[in-house]
Amino acid sequence: MKSKKQSYYQALLFLSPTLIIFITFILIPVGFSFYLSFHKWNMFSSERTFVGVSNYVQMFQEEDFWRVLKNTFIFTVGAVPLNMALSLFVAQGLNRKLAGKKFLRTLFFTPVIISPVAAALIWRWIYDPNQGLLNHALGFFGVDPINWLRDPNWAMTALIIMGVWKTFGINMVLYSAALQGIPKSYLEAAVIDGAGPWTRFWRITFPLLSPTTFFIMVMSLISSFQVFDLVYILTSGGPLGATKVLVFYIYENAFKYFNMGYASAAAYILFGILTVLTLLQVKFLKTTMYEAV
Amino acid sequence: MNSLTTQHKKVIRHGLRVVDHVLFYTLALLTVAPFVWMILTSFKDMSEIFVYPPKWLPSRLHFENYERAFQAAPFGRYYLNSLFVAFSVTLGQLITCSMAAYAFARMKFPGRDLLFYIFLGTMMIPFHVTMIPSFIILHTLGWIDHYQALIVPGLASAFGTFLLRQFFLTIPKELEEAASLDGAGRFRILWQIIIPLAKPALATLAIFTFMGVFNDFIWALVVINSEEMRTVQLGLAIFRDRHVTEWELLMAGSVTATLPILIVFFSAQKYFIKGIALSGLKE
Repeated sequence: MKSKKQSYYQALLFLSPTLIIFITFILIPVGFSFYLSFHKWNMFSSERTFVGVSNYVQMFQEEDFWRVLKNTFIFTVGAVPLNMALSLFVAQGLNRKLAGKKFLRTLFFTPVIISPVAAALIWRWIYDPNQGLLNHALGFFGVDPINWLRDPNWAMTALIIMGVWKTFGINMVLYSAALQGIPKSYLEAAVIDGAGPWTRFWRITFPLLSPTTFFIMVMSLISSFQVFDLVYILTSGGPLGATKVLVFYIYENAFKYFNMGYASAAAYILFGILTVLTLLQVKFLKTTMYEAV
Repeated sequence: MNSLTTQHKKVIRHGLRVVDHVLFYTLALLTVAPFVWMILTSFKDMSEIFVYPPKWLPSRLHFENYERAFQAAPFGRYYLNSLFVAFSVTLGQLITCSMAAYAFARMKFPGRDLLFYIFLGTMMIPFHVTMIPSFIILHTLGWIDHYQALIVPGLASAFGTFLLRQFFLTIPKELEEAASLDGAGRFRILWQIIIPLAKPALATLAIFTFMGVFNDFIWALVVINSEEMRTVQLGLAIFRDRHVTEWELLMAGSVTATLPILIVFFSAQKYFIKGIALSGLKE
């Protein structure tokens, strides 16, 4: 028989590599950045001045910060519904009898797996005002060339289109899985009652998908709030700050201006927003799970 | 009369099926069009790029674009860096996550469930909150601009531990009990019984980790300064700044940066789809 103590040490041994990494690169940093958010520090001087909440106060007075927050919201509000609608539409299609379904699914999923850097580079080329594919295609419909990435009125639209293209495949897979979980008998019963496809979708399929829809919505909101790579490569936050988003702002303040305290405060604002979203998720999923049981 | 309407219905249904196919194949084509455009551009001559209206096909495959891209920047070196880092992190995570998952799935110790929930909770901490202090910690350790900075923080994963634990729980305990009676220790049980049975879960974790690390950009951007330490993604981003409109070179670089992932994806697709469907993982 092994003693209790012995098995405790053994468990600790199995957990230790993971624990060491977690403590060093997650737990300590979470606390440390909270501490930093109340300090002024440029990282290179030994002097770290306690400034109370003045980083936060300064941020709320900064016009730039509000614009960054606004841009992040616009991106999210633009990209998330589009993304969800497209992914549900495609998932619904792939749930019907289509020849070569697996092949189609692969094609739809491909943008998800490639690197954001390469993806954004391809789109820079597509968005090129003179030789770009998109302006050329729009030309067929009589649309005048748009300077997608240099025109502050269009850059955010360009970012949203690319963002939706890059990520809708994930949600498509999630919706597909949920659609397969809907019992066929429900839909067959509705057919017998004379319900058309439109009614069947809105009255049966869509309501049954609502837990998935909610889950996908929150996850998409969370990831949209953290968009960075695509922005960095596509527009670098420009033109005139039209696509500067929250993580870009954090990155810039920390690693360009070395305002470590101020950047940490901005990171905590992001953390706050995401925590609210996550809690919403946890609460809602619990209730729907109980309802399902 | 009646048979006519059923005939009509049949025709309509058939027509709808055709429309369905046309619609979804067009959509799929539009989705992959940017890739096709990238690959075709990478083989074009500069003069073919600046024609209007754009031409889809290159007159001849200009493979020298790749040569030129590799000469303009040390992509070979970037590649080695990326592959080395991605393989190290993947292997490391498979080991650390299996060990932790085994402890959570099979060992009894006080506070186990609480610790597990704390673990799960850390998945909700956004990376950008820990990014700045992690950078400072690595700076203090003198690891900035070294492989350690790219590898060590990735050597554990809450998602991976969770994924493997769930899988380990489905393995019948009797197998281990028999081995245990034969005098096998915990490490041997994990290595010789659990790991071989958990191959599908390990494959899913390996693929996700490899893809995540190979495609990572922001972390490399933060911790790497020198040219010879750049990863493919970082190298490509900096290459963009220097060759702003040399699209044939930029697309050759992009093809290079996407190729390994596309290969992994097409050869192990089911693990990708399964992983996402199971966990709802975003990233």
